[in-house]
Amino acid sequence: MTTETQTLRDWLLSETPTSRRHARLAAFYKGWLTLRANHMAMIGLAIIALLLGTALFAPWLAPHDPFVQDLAFRLQPLGTEGHVLGTDSLGRDILSRMIYGSRITLYIVALVVMIAPIAGLLVGTIAGYAGGWTDIVLMRITDIFLAFPRLILALAFVAALGAGIENAVLAIALTAWPPYARMARAETLTIRSSDYISAIRLQGAGPMRIITKHIWPLCISSLIVRVTLDMAGIILAAAGLGFLGLGAQPPSPEWGAMISEGRRFILDYWWIATMPGLAIFTVSLAFNLLGDGLRDVLDPKDSSS
Amino acid sequence: MASTHYTPKRQPRLPLPSWLKGTLVTLASISVTMLGLLFVTFFIGRVMPIDPVLAVIGERATQDQYHAAYLELGLDRSLAVQFAYYVWDVLHGDFGMSLLTARPVSQDIARVFPATMELATIGIIFGIVLGVPLGVIAAVRRGSWIDQIARVVALVGYSMPIFWLGLMGLLLFYGILGWVGGPGRQGIFFEDTFPSITGMILVDAALARDWPAFKDAFSHIVLPASLLGYYSLAYISRMTRSFMLEQLSAEYVTTARVKGMSEWAVVWNHAFRNIRVQLITVIALSYAGLLEGSVLTEIIFSWPGIGNYITTALLSADMNAVLGGTVVVGLIFVCLNIFSDLLYKIFDPRSK
Amino acid sequence: MTTLLDVENLWVRFPSRTGVFDAVRGISFSLGRERLGIVGESGSGKSLTGRAILRLIHKPGIVEADHIKLHGDNLLAKSEREMRAVRGEKISMVMQDPKFSLNPVMRVGDQIIEAYRLHAKASKAEAYRKSVEMLEAVSIRDADRVMKAYPHEMSGGMGQRIMIAMMLIPNPEILIADEPTSALDVSVQGQVLSIMDKLVKERGMGLIFISHDLNLVSQFCDRVLIMYAGRIVEVCDAAKLHEAKHPYTRGLLGSLPRFDEPRDRLQVLTRDPAWREAPSVEGRL
Repeated sequence: MTTETQTLRDWLLSETPTSRRHARLAAFYKGWLTLRANHMAMIGLAIIALLLGTALFAPWLAPHDPFVQDLAFRLQPLGTEGHVLGTDSLGRDILSRMIYGSRITLYIVALVVMIAPIAGLLVGTIAGYAGGWTDIVLMRITDIFLAFPRLILALAFVAALGAGIENAVLAIALTAWPPYARMARAETLTIRSSDYISAIRLQGAGPMRIITKHIWPLCISSLIVRVTLDMAGIILAAAGLGFLGLGAQPPSPEWGAMISEGRRFILDYWWIATMPGLAIFTVSLAFNLLGDGLRDVLDPKDSSS
Repeated sequence: MASTHYTPKRQPRLPLPSWLKGTLVTLASISVTMLGLLFVTFFIGRVMPIDPVLAVIGERATQDQYHAAYLELGLDRSLAVQFAYYVWDVLHGDFGMSLLTARPVSQDIARVFPATMELATIGIIFGIVLGVPLGVIAAVRRGSWIDQIARVVALVGYSMPIFWLGLMGLLLFYGILGWVGGPGRQGIFFEDTFPSITGMILVDAALARDWPAFKDAFSHIVLPASLLGYYSLAYISRMTRSFMLEQLSAEYVTTARVKGMSEWAVVWNHAFRNIRVQLITVIALSYAGLLEGSVLTEIIFSWPGIGNYITTALLSADMNAVLGGTVVVGLIFVCLNIFSDLLYKIFDPRSK
Repeated sequence: MTTLLDVENLWVRFPSRTGVFDAVRGISFSLGRERLGIVGESGSGKSLTGRAILRLIHKPGIVEADHIKLHGDNLLAKSEREMRAVRGEKISMVMQDPKFSLNPVMRVGDQIIEAYRLHAKASKAEAYRKSVEMLEAVSIRDADRVMKAYPHEMSGGMGQRIMIAMMLIPNPEILIADEPTSALDVSVQGQVLSIMDKLVKERGMGLIFISHDLNLVSQFCDRVLIMYAGRIVEVCDAAKLHEAKHPYTRGLLGSLPRFDEPRDRLQVLTRDPAWREAPSVEGRL
């Protein structure tokens, strides 16, 4: 067993890759080794893994149904028998609601991450590659969106579209894409003028092929770093909208909305608002830690620590 | 400018001086951005599921009344014309009437804005005074315990939901310890005891020499302002640190050391001088961010500012107020950006 | 010749995650009122040697030596504060590229005046006058205008002359020139070198000239140390460089194109691992 892993390790650390896939795997493994040496990033990764597990196994992990009200058992403190984190104003188990809430958080993050970076990448690479008027128009639009304060623009969008998770996602995504577009454009501009792109063009590659096969892959690593660091911002924005009553609607156990419910009782029953807040903090901290670590691995030139 | 009287015949095709050309280009790009901003808010206002006519005349109006209001609002015209009217109105400071307060939105904003500005200004001062030195020291003593502290401060700032931290602050310092005033800008006994001149209570109380009222207002503002200050501190210190690290590895810093300068002078007279311009941009951005961050903070602390105004309007479908507030905050954002660009041009010798 | 500087068993170490990297490995040499060239390829430790003398090696780098004596006074025993009185006033350094070594947001004049006033008690007016004189000494015409200019408005050759003026204004005894002409256009290299040479001679200074350019060093210096992998492999008089014996020096000489002996193919340097382990040659007078 040990000899086999030894050889696998050697194969991965080989200085002379035998195939493209070999080189790619080796690069990936070396990156992983660097990341693994960063304790903070590993803690972040562990928390995120825990969050994923919690979301996946929520029905088995939660001690109670998150929606069942029990007015006789309302506002129970921490450590109550059967309700470790107490109950809220309608007697619902706070722990169970938080466990189910992780699903909503992940759902929002996943949706935003599927929309904003891809939209930004498209706009940025097209603007950077095409240049001229296309570039000017697209970048003006990007600047206009950047000129808006993000949360207020999101508020206005939600106001127009109506409150709800999907609209909150849309509003966050609409405010989140411009930085990606800026970044992708900058990368495209540097890559576009490099010699190997000229070489490919001389070989007859069209713009589509150059963008999808040669520019996108090079934008990916900085994109991943940016997305990971943005996750915390997305979580905070979603929680903020939920807190204002514009995101997930009651009785949904969204963490921001739970804080909003607990706010009314903050001075007497502090744990109702405290616990979901801790959850939001822990998860965004985890994404920030992992993002920092990934930046050191993938984008060393930007690393500041 | 005296040059308005020159005779055009003597200088047939006067080439524009480069600074004028630059200014014109900047002005053009600013107006495009502002138009775009207005278009976005206009568009949001149009996709609103709320019928703007019903919102004005109420549910029980007759068909004729409805039609009259429909024409009066200009809804029969094409969207382009409507947009032109909208831009015209905004340029004249007319954002329509608020349904909630039954007053012009512009008046409402003028009334609530000083409260937000007061909060954000104290916040940013807090952020600059603590954040800049923290960032500089963290860069100079890279890897030391102070750098670690700066790192944790920033990480927590980036990860903590501001509304939650505000609630916890309220719980601890007001609810449990009783060190600060509770929600709102003033205690009930101090309301209307002095004239409102600037709309900023600390300034007004100081002008009226009403020191008990000043003390009361201070005890109310200190918590929300330090909350906002903490967030700008996190951002400013992080950016300062990374700017400084870049400069400290530059060769001219070695030159300064070779000259025999003390480390303190090398850091502040040479390296720091090179980041001042970048830092101004960061501070302007951070200030703009605080105006926005004030939305959630104002809700938590029942602070009667623009964030609170927009949110309250939003929840009661008062669209004129929401869009008016959004446009105003957006315009302030743009202005702060222009301002920092301008300072860049003035202070960086390389940009001339 | 009087010895200005004496270096004994100098090491520059960089601890890293995989172990300690020795960039300079126990070299000894001395400098009189002469022009001493240090030649080597990149990574040979020549620049670090220059910076180690000024104790300007960044953390985590470590400088160790039995001594670095300036007039018999050990620099390594000095406190950081005492060391500041040495830098600029006794030993100065000109670096490679004036684009980076001058502060971009300070006027040229302010930078020179600052260098002067750090070590001389002088009024602003006097420092200004002195700076203009110094600029004129490095053949800058229109010195008043240059004093008010910013570094980015200067050409590379001008910048390097400003740098030389700034470094010589406190009247140091030793100037370390770290590849002072590598970043300049060939056309102005000679001019900058002759200005530097003239000033160093006039003032009776010692010069350490660090370069990778063997030809340049042999023309410009009195004595040459050849460094390889952190050690001195050979010391010789510049005039007798063509008589050098060490295979590395011979290899370097052989890989240079020459007008008098044209060849179809230049020699490629083959490195013998034994050079790396051979003990360092002493570079004393």
